Amino acid sequence: MRIPPAILTLLAGMALVLTGLWIGQNVNLLPVQASVNAPVYDELFKVLFSIGAILFIGIVGLIVYSLVRFRRRVGDSGDGAAIEGNLPLEILWTAIPAVVVLFVGIYSYDIYDRMGGMTPLNDHSMHSMQTSEQRTWGGISPVALEGNGAIAPLPVDVTAMQFAFIFHYPDSDITSGELHVPVGQPVALQMKALDVIHAFWVPQFRLKQDVIPGQPTLLSFTPTRAGQYPIVCAELCGPYHGGMRSNVIVEEPETFAAWVAKNSPAAPAPATAPVQS
Amino acid sequence: MTITLTPPTSTDSLQPQGWLRYLSFSTDHKVIGLQYLVCGFIFYLIGGALAGAIRTELVTPLSDFLPRETYNEVLTLHGTVMIFLWIVPVVNGAFGNYLIPFYVGARDMAFPRLNAVAFWLIPPAGILLISSYFFASAAQSGWTAYPPLSTTTPATGQIIWILSVLLLGGSSIFGGINFIATILKLRRPGLKLMQLPMYCWAMLGTSILVVLSTPVLAGTLVLLSFDIIAHTGFFNPAMGGNAVVYQHLFWFYSHPAVYIMVLPAFGLVSEILPVHARKPLFGYTTMVYSIMAIVFLGLIVWAHHMFTSGTPPWMRLFFTIATAFIAVPTGIKFFNWLATLWGGKITLNTAMLFCCGFIVNFVFGGITGVALAQVPFDIHVHDTYFVVGHFHYIVYGGTVFVIFASIYHWYPKVTGRLLNEPLGQLHFWLTFVGFNLCFAPQHWLGLNGMPRRVAEYDPQFTLINQFSSAGALLMAISTVPFLINVVMSAFNGEPAGDNPWNALTPEWLTSSPPPVENWKGEPPLVHEPYGYGVVPGQLSLEASSGRDLWNLGQGEQR
Repeated sequence: MRIPPAILTLLAGMALVLTGLWIGQNVNLLPVQASVNAPVYDELFKVLFSIGAILFIGIVGLIVYSLVRFRRRVGDSGDGAAIEGNLPLEILWTAIPAVVVLFVGIYSYDIYDRMGGMTPLNDHSMHSMQTSEQRTWGGISPVALEGNGAIAPLPVDVTAMQFAFIFHYPDSDITSGELHVPVGQPVALQMKALDVIHAFWVPQFRLKQDVIPGQPTLLSFTPTRAGQYPIVCAELCGPYHGGMRSNVIVEEPETFAAWVAKNSPAAPAPATAPVQS
Repeated sequence: MTITLTPPTSTDSLQPQGWLRYLSFSTDHKVIGLQYLVCGFIFYLIGGALAGAIRTELVTPLSDFLPRETYNEVLTLHGTVMIFLWIVPVVNGAFGNYLIPFYVGARDMAFPRLNAVAFWLIPPAGILLISSYFFASAAQSGWTAYPPLSTTTPATGQIIWILSVLLLGGSSIFGGINFIATILKLRRPGLKLMQLPMYCWAMLGTSILVVLSTPVLAGTLVLLSFDIIAHTGFFNPAMGGNAVVYQHLFWFYSHPAVYIMVLPAFGLVSEILPVHARKPLFGYTTMVYSIMAIVFLGLIVWAHHMFTSGTPPWMRLFFTIATAFIAVPTGIKFFNWLATLWGGKITLNTAMLFCCGFIVNFVFGGITGVALAQVPFDIHVHDTYFVVGHFHYIVYGGTVFVIFASIYHWYPKVTGRLLNEPLGQLHFWLTFVGFNLCFAPQHWLGLNGMPRRVAEYDPQFTLINQFSSAGALLMAISTVPFLINVVMSAFNGEPAGDNPWNALTPEWLTSSPPPVENWKGEPPLVHEPYGYGVVPGQLSLEASSGRDLWNLGQGEQR
């Protein structure tokens, strides 16, 4: 006795979904996680990757199956069946993607909210490092992060220019070509550009924000893993765009405090010049 | 650019005759279509050479092959040439001009002279653009030309770039108006809109997008040129301008531009699949509505290109949802194509292979597209090689594959001869393998930290970049069998007859190549352009599409 085709289809579908889920959960395409929102981001990535893998393998499988199963055989010059449509089927494959897309949209909104992205940028009462007349045009605000550990964010002024980032710590008046931050403390980058549009990107933090002349932007994150990570300019900014890189050095709080003490203008060591690597 | 007009020698035609008409201001839509195609292909080769220069530079992590300024000129020219001089003119102008009058049962386009003007704007604009590299320096700010970079790089090249894009945009608008008028007003009496071949609907939707959004780009570029020449401050923050406004205006055109590049390709696939699968196009009505849905949604998603720019949070949310919803009408089209294949009698020739390659590539690009629409996802990969990979899956894996499929499908119509199949299959497999080898690894590069538009990169990415460059080399090699095939078959190809595919759409119901004004007598009135297939009852359905036939086929092979 033959196995009914409906059962075979069901089994193939289940195998497909399981394969997709397995791929999404187990194939890691991302760099190390070094900030609070990196694991949150990777959660979203795994969901999208799973859905994408199921869809892609399913459609490629259907095409290959159709090309083999319904190939024209030698000597056959007839036509296929004259099926012009199937309304219930078409409604089904409109409704399912619509639901999936809506689910993904709401889920990614939730992820973005958890990253602090939906917090108003110009809520001056909540954080103090911003002067009242200065408008922030885009980015991620530290307000949402402040709630968690109740540690005040470390403010850093970032100036982007062709072809370097300069970091200024208003609290200790340090100016540096590399960004030093302590593990576990929220950091709030106030970013402005002097000439053209640049973008501040740390792949291990899963964060990026354009730095736009005339429109200050804000980027907040909480580093979680000590180490040195690249800061990459991601917006075409001129001939040396590819070379506009720096480093963010995430240190244990004590090491960071030592670095601050050593580099404060009061100390004998002068502020380091902008480094272009 | 001399326009050669031969004096009318015969009484029955005022058109220049022979091969000269392809260099003339001909008003024959078929001649203009071929002018678009060949001109576009020449620019494709130029753009491909530029891509080769980029991939050669990226074989090593150091900037050692081209000077840095030249590298930025090359990437700007590559983008501009490929979009404005190859894909948009070919997928709209070439196939649109050749096919639309046939499909509506007309003897030419609604405005034949405007049509010729639209074509003849392209060669001067293209030559202007490329020559800027030689007599000044070409634009260095990418095909997006974001200020303030575009206002601070050498002005001559940027202005020439603007002029060239304005000319090409004008050409595109002329073409769009012509298509709308032809499809709506030149239909043969008795032919209803819902009886048109799907490509007409695709071109109608595309032309609506062209007419609505291209003027916005033109206006934006005029303002940008004021900023450069007259030192106005529209986009200059130092003078109170706003650099982000440019991005909004630019993407208001340039996101619909993606649909201007892919909707006609969707239409062409809808023409090719039913013929070679011997089945009607599945779900005609939903196909039409999904095209119109894509047109509408395509106009309200532009800010997803600006998620890391100066956009407020609410705007990011709206554009995420709107963008992701484009997946729904697009998905409908893909499911309909799969259903068209299902149960057919598929001839797996080169045209069909390229169509299936298109479906595979575009589904991949669509999946990464839905992912990119999600703000938190995009914040990590925006402006990285992930986007480069995604974009090429859409426009190369999508549209360019369809252009090749269309050339294999309609070559017998244009020349009366078939293209060589083994060479065609070689062309397909080289292109498919090369393309995927070139662009699939770029997604990983982007996720792991390689930004786009760089001449130098972190040495840890060297190996993957070399894979990508090897893929690009394969793609370059793949054009060789294609060119040999096209040239040789024009002279020695197997004669095709008038209708080698036994197709039912009106362009096949005349001689190959078709006469001037398309039909000797009355144009045929085709109410069912996809009337393929065995009507149930005429032949046992179980025998024709069920397991029995599978077993029968197995038996025959043994």
